[in-house]
Amino acid sequence: MSTRLASGGRHLDRSRSVDFSFNGKRLRGFQGDTLASALLANGQMLVGRSFKYHRPRGILASGAEEPNALVNMGKSGQFEPNQQATTQQLFDGLYATSQNHWPSLEFDIGVLNNYVSKFLPSGFYYKTFMAPRAAWKHVFEPIVRQSAGLGKAPKDRDDDFYEHFHVHTDVLIIGGGIAGLAAARQAAAAGAQVMLVEQTAHWGGRAVVDGAEIDGMPAADWVKNTVEDLENAENVHLRTRAMGAGVFDHGYALVYERLTDHAPEPGLPRHRLWRVRAKQIVTATGAIERPLSFAGNDLPGVMLAGAVRDYVANWAVSPGDRTVVVTNNDDAYRTALALKQAGLEVPAVIDARTHAQSPVIDAVREAGIRIEFGRAVAKVKGRARVEGVGLATQAGEGAVLEEISCDAVAMSGGWSPVVHLWSHCGGKLIWDEAQAHFRPDPDLPPLGADGAGFVRTAGSASGALSTADVLADADGQGRAAAMAAGHKKRKKAGPRAETEIAAPMEPVWIMPQGAGPNLRQKMWLDYQNDVKVSDVQLAAHEGYESVEHTKRYTTLGMATDQGKLCNINGLAVLSDALNAGIPQVGTTTFRPPYTPISFGAIAGEARAETFQPLRRTAMHDWHEKNGAYWEPVGHWRRPFCYQRDGESIEQAVLREVNNTRQSLGLLDASTLGKILVKGPDAGRFLDMMYTNMMSTLKPGRCRYGLMCSENGFLSDDGVVARIDDDTFLCHTTSGGADRIHAHMEEWLQTEWWDWKVWTVNLTEQYAQVAVVGPKAREVLELIGGMDVSAEALPFMTWKDGRIGDFNARVYRISFSGELSFEIAVDAHRGQAFWDALLEAGAEFGVMPYGTEALHIMRAEKGFIMIGDESDGTVIPQDLGLHWAISKKKADFLGKRAQERAHMTDPDRWQLVGLETLDGSVLPDGAYAVGEGENANGQRNVQGRVTSTYHSPTLGKGIAMGLVRHGPERMGEVLDFPGTDGQSNKARIVSPVFYDPEGEKQNV
Amino acid sequence: MLILHCPYCGTDADETELAPGGEAHLKRFGPGSQDADFEAYLFARENPMGVHFERWRHANGCGKWFHAARCTTTLEVFGTYSAQTLDPPQEIRDAITAKRPGWRWRDFA
Ligand SMILES: [Zn+2]
Repeated sequence: MSTRLASGGRHLDRSRSVDFSFNGKRLRGFQGDTLASALLANGQMLVGRSFKYHRPRGILASGAEEPNALVNMGKSGQFEPNQQATTQQLFDGLYATSQNHWPSLEFDIGVLNNYVSKFLPSGFYYKTFMAPRAAWKHVFEPIVRQSAGLGKAPKDRDDDFYEHFHVHTDVLIIGGGIAGLAAARQAAAAGAQVMLVEQTAHWGGRAVVDGAEIDGMPAADWVKNTVEDLENAENVHLRTRAMGAGVFDHGYALVYERLTDHAPEPGLPRHRLWRVRAKQIVTATGAIERPLSFAGNDLPGVMLAGAVRDYVANWAVSPGDRTVVVTNNDDAYRTALALKQAGLEVPAVIDARTHAQSPVIDAVREAGIRIEFGRAVAKVKGRARVEGVGLATQAGEGAVLEEISCDAVAMSGGWSPVVHLWSHCGGKLIWDEAQAHFRPDPDLPPLGADGAGFVRTAGSASGALSTADVLADADGQGRAAAMAAGHKKRKKAGPRAETEIAAPMEPVWIMPQGAGPNLRQKMWLDYQNDVKVSDVQLAAHEGYESVEHTKRYTTLGMATDQGKLCNINGLAVLSDALNAGIPQVGTTTFRPPYTPISFGAIAGEARAETFQPLRRTAMHDWHEKNGAYWEPVGHWRRPFCYQRDGESIEQAVLREVNNTRQSLGLLDASTLGKILVKGPDAGRFLDMMYTNMMSTLKPGRCRYGLMCSENGFLSDDGVVARIDDDTFLCHTTSGGADRIHAHMEEWLQTEWWDWKVWTVNLTEQYAQVAVVGPKAREVLELIGGMDVSAEALPFMTWKDGRIGDFNARVYRISFSGELSFEIAVDAHRGQAFWDALLEAGAEFGVMPYGTEALHIMRAEKGFIMIGDESDGTVIPQDLGLHWAISKKKADFLGKRAQERAHMTDPDRWQLVGLETLDGSVLPDGAYAVGEGENANGQRNVQGRVTSTYHSPTLGKGIAMGLVRHGPERMGEVLDFPGTDGQSNKARIVSPVFYDPEGEKQNV
Repeated sequence: MLILHCPYCGTDADETELAPGGEAHLKRFGPGSQDADFEAYLFARENPMGVHFERWRHANGCGKWFHAARCTTTLEVFGTYSAQTLDPPQEIRDAITAKRPGWRWRDFA
């Protein structure tokens, strides 16, 4: 059983105890603990259940590479699944629960999967999907859903908040071990602006734990001095708890800083995402120890040898009284020494190498520890935790020579450089035969905008494994990064360490090498996704030769740890099964983020009201106070209708339509796009932009225009008013102003740049009100001012003047079919103008109306709506708008495209009106079915509904739709099956349902 | 995330400030053109590994369109220049030649 040692623990403050809860148990740790170290100190070896087989799992590692110890943190609004216990610092009141177990961690039903594991081989999901659909739905899916998944998604809104910082720097150094520190001091000495980030709360990394000596002093002292120097340097910025999450094109990097995870405090952001632009990036990200693949290597109590050392030195945690060390390299011998020095027993060091000689091995021997060369762990004994190991020869098949009882196993399969950040942006790797790992190829770095490399690696991340090599490499890379960033001040003397003598490691991918199937299916490669040696071998056997395919088939390396531990071991097993070299098989792609980062950090401040800016018209607040039921239109909110007390939305819409048709309605039309187009070539330009002829429009007059893309498809519509010879005001749809303005600018800047035209988007400069209905003129006359008579201001004209004491531009245009004036006033006077209209209109029973009433009234008139009748595949000719397409113009955007064979095909669906036989409302988007079936066995279709409403004016359902040969088929009845199985019959009629002669609008 | 220099306002703009506009130096075919020419103008695009010419707009900046000459495999940027030209300027071609001798893109070299 793991426990706390009586003394030691360099991170601990034993004077400050910390209470926390795990699975409802109240436990106690010290300030400075991680959740993992505190759990181990409390004897809590079992921390979770595995993903697929629900096997008991314990803590394996001590840092960001941990695959097993994932917990649910917090409750309700602070709940977050899949948090690593190894990187979570302990705080008072910490609340954690284990995940992936049911009904309890100790007794788990899903462990049954363990006994049927023969039936859950790699590719289980692919194979099962092939089964009859009914079996999937009724048998497999319910079982898989109950037992699968890592953690549960949070249900409540996140209580915490997050922020983004943007920063530019000369050199970003990722990793605050001795390599990062050495690189930083040299880069800073050269005069570069340096940002140095470290993912843990502590500087110095492994060197301090491993007792290295630098410049003749203990590494801990050198680290302390160096950090102090860097803190005092004006050109260095240091951050701890800040992880380099990703490296992207042209020196862009993301750094994920966990501000308050270690000490939650309301009012402070939880995470901060640094968005860094660096001229040079140095990844000093160290190396990760590889597990060894022996049977039972996933039992709680089996840990990485380096992690065991960390727990002893940093947190005074004993993994157990008796720890067997198993290794293929010298480094694990340090663990044996550390345990011995802490007063614990090491029954044996099992070394797979047949012989090896070095000072550290001698030291272990001198400490009286038994060393077994050429030996292997045949299997780990124990059910829920380690009880012993079977000793076998590495060369053999796993016959147990001797059983050694123990509480823990410390394993080391060698070290792999953390190449993730180097690889994110295209840095290439080379296979290092001697260390059996991939390391960065310094000749093929990620390239920046100037074509030169912008990422370099330092220390263990480069593949340097001794302190002396790490320091020499990092010192040089720090200098080189600063020089590449344009700084070349004097070089400092680099830090030095004694050269170490180490015996060569020996790659061991399966232990023992001749293990049979029974042992191989107990050798875990990917702990998190439950992938074993036997799974990868099966995949290879079934023909998955590409490493990327094998990864997806077996899910090796696809869990939240992205295979930090299993990558090389899995590759080696695959390459062995394929009888190919590891470099030939290659690695899978490393993708950011390095470890998972919170969605909150990605979103930053962009949430709730600040997610997207809200555009408000001058009358927005009035609408809000007067029952507006909002509809989002682009970034605007427009009232869909104004609900009165006790009124349904449908009732409100009907009331608004009726009141407008019968008396007087007001519409806030401010959101309509208003683009001023000015210059000697403005008419010529608009002739290209619109399908209509605009250059012939007389000043003082308005014309409805259509815009198409160069593809010929209808893109926008609106009324154009000619202000004077040189000036036009183009109205666009509400959502379209920015898009259409950009469209105009694109053509002006990139095709007709010699034309003298200037465009300005004036949308927000005006508040615009549509005054609509039979009483529209009367209310304006009541307010007084300019002459708005039919003679002075005929239909489709505009005039500047005064309405009351407002400067106004009045357009006689109508989108409702009623007498209508659209009046623009200065935006800041919009509310006052709206109030004046309401006051004067009171005697006519004036009512504001919303977008739905607008839509119904336009549909009654057969006017099209961009986005309803058009969808990016519709040309104006489909909509019977030939009258708006100039035949005189030689050219306009879309003209050539509309001459293409497909566009002139008489079989294109065309606009008609649709009237249900029983007066009901057709379902929106419904298709009219025709004769026969298509190649997929679906019924053929011959048309579809584009707009559909209940018309209060006509007292029945009306619709518009596109129908093959529609205009030639007036009176024919079509069948529109609904998704509810009902059939809806509708007759083809003219799309103009109301006042076809236009007598009402033209008065 | 790319950085491109906007030749109008002089800013080294982050990709988030920019809107992509596809291939540069397209020749417009209008009414009266052959079907094949028009189709090529609308739809056929270069998709090179290596030197490429693109249109970009400094959309969240000065609003101006410009052209960029860039390598699609290494993301190296050879230069940016005004969109108000039919051909890449000589200094841009020289900059590409210095890095990619013998380059060819459509009719340019
Ligand atoms: Zn610009």
